[in-house]
Amino acid sequence: MLELNAQTIAFFVFALFSLAGAVGVVSSKNLIHGALYLIVSLFGGAGFFVLLSAPFMAVVQVLVYIGAIAILIIFAVMLTRSMTNMTELFNRQWWMSGIVGILLFVLLTIGVILPVWGENGINPSQPVSDNVATTEDLGVALVDGNQYVLPFQVASLLLTAAMIGAIVLARDTDTE
Amino acid sequence: MEQQCINVIETMAPCLTSSGVDPGLAQFISIFIGVILVAIFPLVLVIILIWLERKIAARVQDRIGPNRVGPFGLFQNIADAVKLIIKEDITPAGADRLIYNLAPIIATLSTTLMWAVIPFSPVHIGVDLSIGVLYFTAIGSIGTLAIMMAGWSSNNKYALLGAFRVVAQLVSYEIPMVLALLVPVMIAGTLSMQGIVVAQLGMWFIVPAFLSAVIFYISNLAETGRAPFDLIEAESELVAGYNIEYSGMKFGLFMANEFMHAFTANLLFAVIFLGGWSGPGATQLPVLGFVYLFIKTLIVYIPSLILRATVPRVRIDQMMSFNWKFLVPVAIVNVIMVAFLIQVTKAVGLAPAPGETDFLAHLPQSVILLLGNLVVIAGILTYLRGIGRKARLESTVVAKAHDVPQVAAH
Amino acid sequence: MVPLWMYLLVAAAMFSIGVYGVLARRNAVAILMSVELMLSAVNINLIAFWRYMAPENMAGQAFAAFVFVVAAAEAAVGLAIIISIYRSRRSVVVEDVNLLKG
Repeated sequence: MLELNAQTIAFFVFALFSLAGAVGVVSSKNLIHGALYLIVSLFGGAGFFVLLSAPFMAVVQVLVYIGAIAILIIFAVMLTRSMTNMTELFNRQWWMSGIVGILLFVLLTIGVILPVWGENGINPSQPVSDNVATTEDLGVALVDGNQYVLPFQVASLLLTAAMIGAIVLARDTDTE
Repeated sequence: MEQQCINVIETMAPCLTSSGVDPGLAQFISIFIGVILVAIFPLVLVIILIWLERKIAARVQDRIGPNRVGPFGLFQNIADAVKLIIKEDITPAGADRLIYNLAPIIATLSTTLMWAVIPFSPVHIGVDLSIGVLYFTAIGSIGTLAIMMAGWSSNNKYALLGAFRVVAQLVSYEIPMVLALLVPVMIAGTLSMQGIVVAQLGMWFIVPAFLSAVIFYISNLAETGRAPFDLIEAESELVAGYNIEYSGMKFGLFMANEFMHAFTANLLFAVIFLGGWSGPGATQLPVLGFVYLFIKTLIVYIPSLILRATVPRVRIDQMMSFNWKFLVPVAIVNVIMVAFLIQVTKAVGLAPAPGETDFLAHLPQSVILLLGNLVVIAGILTYLRGIGRKARLESTVVAKAHDVPQVAAH
Repeated sequence: MVPLWMYLLVAAAMFSIGVYGVLARRNAVAILMSVELMLSAVNINLIAFWRYMAPENMAGQAFAAFVFVVAAAEAAVGLAIIISIYRSRRSVVVEDVNLLKG
């Protein structure tokens, strides 16, 4: 079924990173450890992107998620002293959340994965073609008038609004 | 058999295969040895780097520096390393053991990983990633994470405060660095490191991208924690910052990492702006590429050592306002100007064809871009002059207001 | 290469774990971390489909790039809100932010 080459081993290693990190995030009592588990999980995701011939996405994941968002989360954990007042980990509905999570996973498996798995589905066990578009094509696609220039401009507007909003919200209003 | 001495991989793999080793394993072994060579080289280079720094700082301060241990004090650092290794390995009480031990390893990891994409010669490169420039920025941000981990896991208020300030500084100065890196990428048309060096065979990028080179150099100084931005390791403030609680070889790893990071950042400056391995005869004789690259790196590295011994330190708020109010707007204006001028030269027809290595073919575009850079620099200097004049006027008005009561009292 | 459904399975598992984290944790920063997990799972899904079904078309990678942008913006604003709430109410447990409760 699966030939045991370096790519398959790499896939399983990254899958282990992603899932172990995810479990660590939701069940860690120490929030800094939770943030570090998040970083492990995001590294697994970056590894997947490298395996899927999207190196630009992998590097942007490391740069943006790990280099900026994870550090921001660590700062927030330290600034809100979330370490010292962690009384209970889960709220009162944790069992129902567990059921919802498992149901969602089953739903996704049946709804999304089975159609591409069985004989009725498309069954791509190999990629359709090896003619992969490069980073340069991504750059052209983001500014081409027929492609994605409008979402690109809206995204930059969103980032500017988010930056201004975050600065205004978190500013210390006592010292003017 | 006839073997061309190209690089370790291509020389060793056929040799191992012909002597009976399985081809896949032979390939793996030769790549593994190449990786070990590339990874060990910076760690060994640190010994010479620390010696160089101590000698230059000593001469600037009118003293001799280490000269007892070995000829010219060359073995001083080996003695220091032995001293650090035989020290007791203390972990502070209440520290998070795993993170405490992992932080120096991750910091050194991030610096060593940067050496994987550096083109040492036309055929020697660790791996020619198609996104090399972005890779080195991403790996630099992992180093930031390691410092945060070090500061937090020491269970010490001062280490934590030091780590906060350091991370704020490092994250802020990544922005002008990335913006300054956009310019050579635009001129070369590719993100790969080997592609950028090959595009400089006509004209080194320090000429058309002069302002970007200056911004990149200043951001490098801030990113690696060298003077005047060395609040990270300020021995006289905050009791040495995030590595207070580290002793022995872990502290040695942090120190080695700092010197290695400074050298690696200057190596990247040499690759991106000073032409990397290009020089007379480098394409025929790849060993010359190594020599040229290191000479160029030393040309940029030694001024940073002299700066360290000479310039006073900036405060954290001065550093932040310098970055956000000066460097980032300048970098943005620079990117806009270069993008505009590149398109103008392409439309007019003065741009060289890609792959062109003739000096004269690159000259028109380089001169136009250099003029654009000089116009922007002149604009910045005029603006600064206006601000300086306003500040001087205000101070003389205030001085006059203080003088008046004295005159009236007579 | 690994068949497509394995990538989708890993992404679905990460997403479900993220959903559990959002619904069950009390600390606001932990909830935000679980939301980041969900967005990362979505990205893996998008890029896997892009690679296996239509690698010449740039739609998959462009969509993933915009998901990155949205995740970064939402993390920044969310953490700013959490810090604001901490300043006024001294607690980031989401059950304590209940002024509007009837």
